[in-house]
Amino acid sequence: MTTRQVGEPVQRREDPRLLTGNGRYLDDLGLGALQAAFVRSPHAHARVVDIDITDAWELDGVEAIYTWEDLDGRVGEPLPVLIPHPALTHPRTGYCLAKSEVNHVGEAVVMVVARDRYVAEDACGRIHVTYETLKPVVGLENARAATRLVHDDAPGNVAANLLQEVGDVDSAMAAAPNTLTLELEIERSACMPMEGKGVYARWDADDASLRIYSSTQTSTGVRAAVAAKLEMPLAKVEVVTPDVGGGFGVKIMHPWPEEVLVPWAARRLGRDVKWTEDRREHFVSSAHERGQLQEVTVGFDDDGRLLALDVRFWHDNGAYTPYGIIVPIITATQLLGPYKPGAYRVEFWSLYTNTVLVTPYRGAGRPQGCYAMERTMDAIAAHLGLDRTEVRSRNFIQPDEMPYDQGLMFQDGRPLKYDSGDFPASLAKLKDLVGWDDFAAYREQAAREGRRVGLGIGCYVEGTGVGPYEGGHVQVETSGRVNVATGLTTQGQGHQTVLAQIVADQLGVRLEDVHVTTGDTRRMAYAVGTFASRGAVMSGNAVALAAKVVRDKALRIAADALEVSADDLEIVDGVISVKGAPGTSIDLKTIAVMSNPLRYAFDTAAQAATQFAGTFDPDKPPVADDDEPGLEGQDFYSPTQATFANGMHAAVVETDPVTAEIRILRYCVIHDCGVMVNPMIVEGQVHGGVAQGVGGALYERMVYDEGGQLLNASFMDFLVPYASEVPHVETDHLETPSPLNPLGLKGAGEAGTIPVTAVIASAVEDAEGFPIRSMPISPAELWELRRQHSSVPVALEGAS
Amino acid sequence: MTDAATEQLLEITLRVNGVRRTASAPARRLLSDFLRHDLGLTGTHVGCEHGVCGACTVLLDGEPARACLVFAVTAQAHEVTTVEGIGHDPANLSPVQQAFAECHALQCGFCTPGFITTITAYLDENPQPTPEEAREAISGNLCRCTGYQNIVKAVVRASEIVREREEETR
Repeated sequence: MTTRQVGEPVQRREDPRLLTGNGRYLDDLGLGALQAAFVRSPHAHARVVDIDITDAWELDGVEAIYTWEDLDGRVGEPLPVLIPHPALTHPRTGYCLAKSEVNHVGEAVVMVVARDRYVAEDACGRIHVTYETLKPVVGLENARAATRLVHDDAPGNVAANLLQEVGDVDSAMAAAPNTLTLELEIERSACMPMEGKGVYARWDADDASLRIYSSTQTSTGVRAAVAAKLEMPLAKVEVVTPDVGGGFGVKIMHPWPEEVLVPWAARRLGRDVKWTEDRREHFVSSAHERGQLQEVTVGFDDDGRLLALDVRFWHDNGAYTPYGIIVPIITATQLLGPYKPGAYRVEFWSLYTNTVLVTPYRGAGRPQGCYAMERTMDAIAAHLGLDRTEVRSRNFIQPDEMPYDQGLMFQDGRPLKYDSGDFPASLAKLKDLVGWDDFAAYREQAAREGRRVGLGIGCYVEGTGVGPYEGGHVQVETSGRVNVATGLTTQGQGHQTVLAQIVADQLGVRLEDVHVTTGDTRRMAYAVGTFASRGAVMSGNAVALAAKVVRDKALRIAADALEVSADDLEIVDGVISVKGAPGTSIDLKTIAVMSNPLRYAFDTAAQAATQFAGTFDPDKPPVADDDEPGLEGQDFYSPTQATFANGMHAAVVETDPVTAEIRILRYCVIHDCGVMVNPMIVEGQVHGGVAQGVGGALYERMVYDEGGQLLNASFMDFLVPYASEVPHVETDHLETPSPLNPLGLKGAGEAGTIPVTAVIASAVEDAEGFPIRSMPISPAELWELRRQHSSVPVALEGAS
Repeated sequence: MTDAATEQLLEITLRVNGVRRTASAPARRLLSDFLRHDLGLTGTHVGCEHGVCGACTVLLDGEPARACLVFAVTAQAHEVTTVEGIGHDPANLSPVQQAFAECHALQCGFCTPGFITTITAYLDENPQPTPEEAREAISGNLCRCTGYQNIVKAVVRASEIVREREEETR
């Protein structure tokens, strides 16, 4: 029997190519294509009065200059609201090029197409746009105060207001022996993939068709959006996603204006056109996330059990709402984590500001929700003088209560119902791993050395693998090569390895014979995309189902050929044989030959399937009525609901008594994503997630001034952590399989990021002895907090 | 037409990965763009264009340099090594490349060529780094995917592979 691939830390099949400079990212394509660049608004809020392009035309190499006036048909209409929601009462989207008003610095106003990017940028510099500036709305406080409006017809700057309630919160709160209210703040950050966005389009005039390459998380989404905007038949638009240098959410937003404009210009000019985003453009014209103000009121008994939880928060959605209100909906629902809240009411307002739009960033609203809940748990523990893990433990949903319905509607419009998980077991593992019960002694020892340390904890549940569906297609060539296609994209998660592992097991072939294609609408036209930790759950199960279709067909043909029952056959390493009688066998590749009756023998293998070869029944058609030629099959996986992964993190931090510098000494993760297809890749996802979380907790924030200028729009100023800032992550896993899908999988992509801000806040609070209510926290801010709390004793007794 | 409207092109000759390469480009062409778009060596990636991320790191006369901070014309007559020069055959990986594959030290792979060039040069200088030294050696390159600890592991593993290969050929 061959080694089972699922569960093995198989080395990635994509690596040798990427390691040797043979990767093909967006900007590596289209040598010789015309290049686009954009004039972007320098103002956060202004009316466009006049655009003078005369000087720009004087430059040698400029091929086209477009303003909104040039945009014809639907290209000139506002961009779509991708995910409408009844609570999104005032959706607003921008135009591909600003029509008469700009609503954030960086909004595209003019497009230039030129011989090369240098010339295109020169031309942009020679375009004179006259603006009438308006006072901008910057920051949530100003948006909420609404003394000025971002959009004149969106009163109170409110894009959406949504309330959900389970139980009677007012009565439960009134009856609670203890109540606390916390005012919390969490800042804006951004995905910042190392490769920015990019689009390359080729117009084929002879075929009246477009091929678009985009650095996207959804090729089918871009295809449909571009076809709609350019008013083309879907059949005439292909989207191919090449290697993608990271996404983390920002590339699920679509269509970006450039994804419409570049193909549009390519068609109009009859030339290949490409646009590659530069880093500054990415800062000011792609999306951000995270910014929220939160107010939590909690009622609890003297043992720390939740009786009522009342949450209100204000979410900064930036200038437009093209991706709807997915992010605040996730915050509102995923906030509950592994806990039973008693009665729960949550209400949010999603507010417009004159800043870059906000769409999902790894974790997508969950880091904020986890932060609110875990800050609350710590506050209850401090109030009652209880151990923080004890308070959490008393509120856990127990394993025998699974599946557990929280009574809320999740982001996919379906019930928030946890499928499985063992939270007490996870907590026990975490306490062991970090040495929770020994920390008091360590703290005392550190104090004797003049060092200040703290221990923090954070727990989360993550809805992963949301629908509606993904597909898989599996085809066996007569050479034995197995081609697998799925429509979702990949941006570093190792799909080519993980999906190959699944197919190798399901079909019974060698891993090296399996070749996976992702994100190419020519190979799989039906797909959703790569986001919400759904790749392995959705496409993993889809390719498994498709492999089963192929396997069943192969066994049926082999059973006929070998004159045995299909039930008696097995496939191992690409050979079909009678169980227990390995002498009687036939290669899978031979079945591929037999599956396709041929007229022409194009090679020696094909000779066996031609009309004068072999035996056949002249009374039956070569392809039976209920059959198709070829050894291939397709199937789709569409679940009734999301599957819920979970985990718990703990960190030990040291804060410098003088400089207030915060150093993470240890970082521990217990992670449960159900069955792990490739533990090495799951570990990698956790490491990367934690690194992004550390950035969010300590370094990353979007600093806007009151005029709406982003003051830190470069890697010099927006601090993405280097190796020197990211701790070594210690991990342990629990595998509670999902009962919802045949493979037992849950998603793993975002888990690492979700609780980090909450964990670091908890640890710093534990080290310092005063509440931490605003994150991220810099040394300067910690120093200021120390000054404000200078009357509070340094060590908080019983805090851990 | 104004003066700025036409741009003078220069013939720029470099030795790239041991081969003499010539192309015409304006004086302001960045080395990163010259390698990628004029010479077609797209293994060198551009992540920030302001010298912070390290994705475009190449070796200039053997020393790591940010190709986005160097004008191609100033690299004239110098020796440039890109990731392709360290190993361009997926079936024949260099020690550092092999260590990256073994240790899962890459995810999206975009920043990876910059790490490969940086670490290759570093191991020449310090053939047996400790994990702490390895971490310091890579702390000028940004990676958004891996969390770095597998890259640290790969640096140490690469130094072992170098020795293993030396012993095999002895």
